[in-house]
Amino acid sequence: MANVPTVVAVPAPRRGNPMLRKLLRNKNVVAGSTVIALLLIVAAIGPWITPMDPYRQDIWERYAAPRGLIVEGQFNTQFILGADELGRDLLSRLIIGARVSLMVGFVATSISLLFGVTLGAISGYVGGWVDNLIMRLMDVILALPGILLAIAIVAALGPNIVNAMMAIAVVRIPQIARVVRSDVLAIREEEFVEAVKALGQNHVVVLFKHILMNAWAPTLVIATLGMGTAIVAEAALSFLGLGAQPPQISWGRMLSVGREAIRSAPHVTLYPGLAITVVVLGFSLLGDGLRDVFDRRLQDS
Amino acid sequence: MLQYVLRRLVSLVFILLGVSVLVFLLVHLAPGDPVRIMLGEEATQVDIDRLNRLYGFDQPLPVQYFRWIGNALQGDLGVSIRQQLPVTRLILERMPATIELALWSLVIAIGVGIPLGVLSAVRRNTWIDFGSMFAALVGVAAPNFWVGLILLSQVALYVAWLPIGGRGPSFGDALIALFTRFDGAMLWDHVRYALLPALALGTSIMALITRLTRSSLLEVLGRDYVRTARAKGLRGLTVVYGHALKNALLPVVTVVGVQFGALLGGSIVIEVVFSWPGVGRLIVNAISQRDFPVVQGSVLMLAVVFAFVNLLVDLSYSLINPRIRYG
Repeated sequence: MANVPTVVAVPAPRRGNPMLRKLLRNKNVVAGSTVIALLLIVAAIGPWITPMDPYRQDIWERYAAPRGLIVEGQFNTQFILGADELGRDLLSRLIIGARVSLMVGFVATSISLLFGVTLGAISGYVGGWVDNLIMRLMDVILALPGILLAIAIVAALGPNIVNAMMAIAVVRIPQIARVVRSDVLAIREEEFVEAVKALGQNHVVVLFKHILMNAWAPTLVIATLGMGTAIVAEAALSFLGLGAQPPQISWGRMLSVGREAIRSAPHVTLYPGLAITVVVLGFSLLGDGLRDVFDRRLQDS
Repeated sequence: MLQYVLRRLVSLVFILLGVSVLVFLLVHLAPGDPVRIMLGEEATQVDIDRLNRLYGFDQPLPVQYFRWIGNALQGDLGVSIRQQLPVTRLILERMPATIELALWSLVIAIGVGIPLGVLSAVRRNTWIDFGSMFAALVGVAAPNFWVGLILLSQVALYVAWLPIGGRGPSFGDALIALFTRFDGAMLWDHVRYALLPALALGTSIMALITRLTRSSLLEVLGRDYVRTARAKGLRGLTVVYGHALKNALLPVVTVVGVQFGALLGGSIVIEVVFSWPGVGRLIVNAISQRDFPVVQGSVLMLAVVFAFVNLLVDLSYSLINPRIRYG
């Protein structure tokens, strides 16, 4: 078949990847990915752009009010957003704090993807008692409100940021596993899978190379939306003292110390929460946009 | 229908047994010997051994598990190490507060979310619509405990009658006072304590309800039967409220149901922010004190409540939407 000359008039190919064009036309995708890209840049170059040393304490500046960018007609770099309970610069701490939030989001989501996709794929492909066992296990995890299970896991393993990431990952596994399983169940029955099997490929190749390659879109959407959930969960755990530990800087921890002085220095709680809101907004815009572009079916659910 | 309920109940029992194993293992994996922490540095080995025997901690794990779950099925969740009180009593004292908070936040979320969604849909593409959609977008993204902190610092401190924490009289007591003694003061006390925590807990659901009501109503307003109603000459508002809204609210009910369980989880952090004496704060305090009979008991009880709420929500769908039948 390959040597049949192609004489059919093909419309001139438009430049660029068609998928990319579709993505760029979606407002939510553009807005969301812009926000996330900016935050990633800030997190990456954080240590070089902080206006002050985020760890330096200044007892005279405890709970200093925000001074803004211009003070007495001069460009200001000192305490632009004010200072915290130890007189440390809030803006600098916010910039460094972005690293923990984004790291927790990415690592926790990656771990839950790894386990969720594997378990869901095996469950859907193998079926029978294996499917039953895995899905009942997922039911047990889902039987607890997510944040409650995360709190219980961190309490058991000990409060630190690594265990918090593990806990958040575990909580997120069932949702991913269920989505992947239902996709695998549908794709398993398609003809091309029969064809690949007839070619003598073993099950591992069929499942991971051929079936999963056709099931990535819904998983991508769930994972993107899950980034926001993971970041809020980290903030909640750190707020309760179960996540990041000092001297590590995390937005959730900044909120918990800000709570002590909510009367006299409300700005200490205002900005970290705003930062969390903006990140979560970015991921949920991107997730919604990706869903619109890739997956009409998910929209109804 | 009955068969479906029975099947759900049976699988619920197994899931909850799984949860109990999970919770038990988690709590017993926790580092730090609670008895040693309780007795302090000076404790002799003899005392430690004696207390371990008293609580049964010297037994093998499976024995401890079956003893715990056996007692739990009879309503006995053990004794708090710190407070020397029955765990069941501690939980039962606080569970009404948690459920009350979740219900109030749902009431506020529905009470604000649906009218706002309807308003946005009816006044589509006006500044009212853009404003409430932007608020809803931010409301979904903002962590509810941060909203709570902001309400505390920006509202409670400036409004004299709003307390900054704690819980007033229970709703039941307040109603009894109102109807037996015609005394509304307790009800007012109840409301002013519950208002801000419930609002904070309900923000994301409220935002979700607003968005969903708007999109669902817009979709329904485009249908043929709505055009027919308009063509008959019915007034705009009659069409919206009498014809369209009823059908537009079906997906909203579904989401409210799914989210109600999440409120129980979200209330844990909100209870800490507002010093609300519920099960969530009980758990957080018990964790920091290593009071693990309390931790495992209250996590299990919250799972039971969560499971039954979800079951009731599933069953209620078939009542609301006659197209759903369970067989």
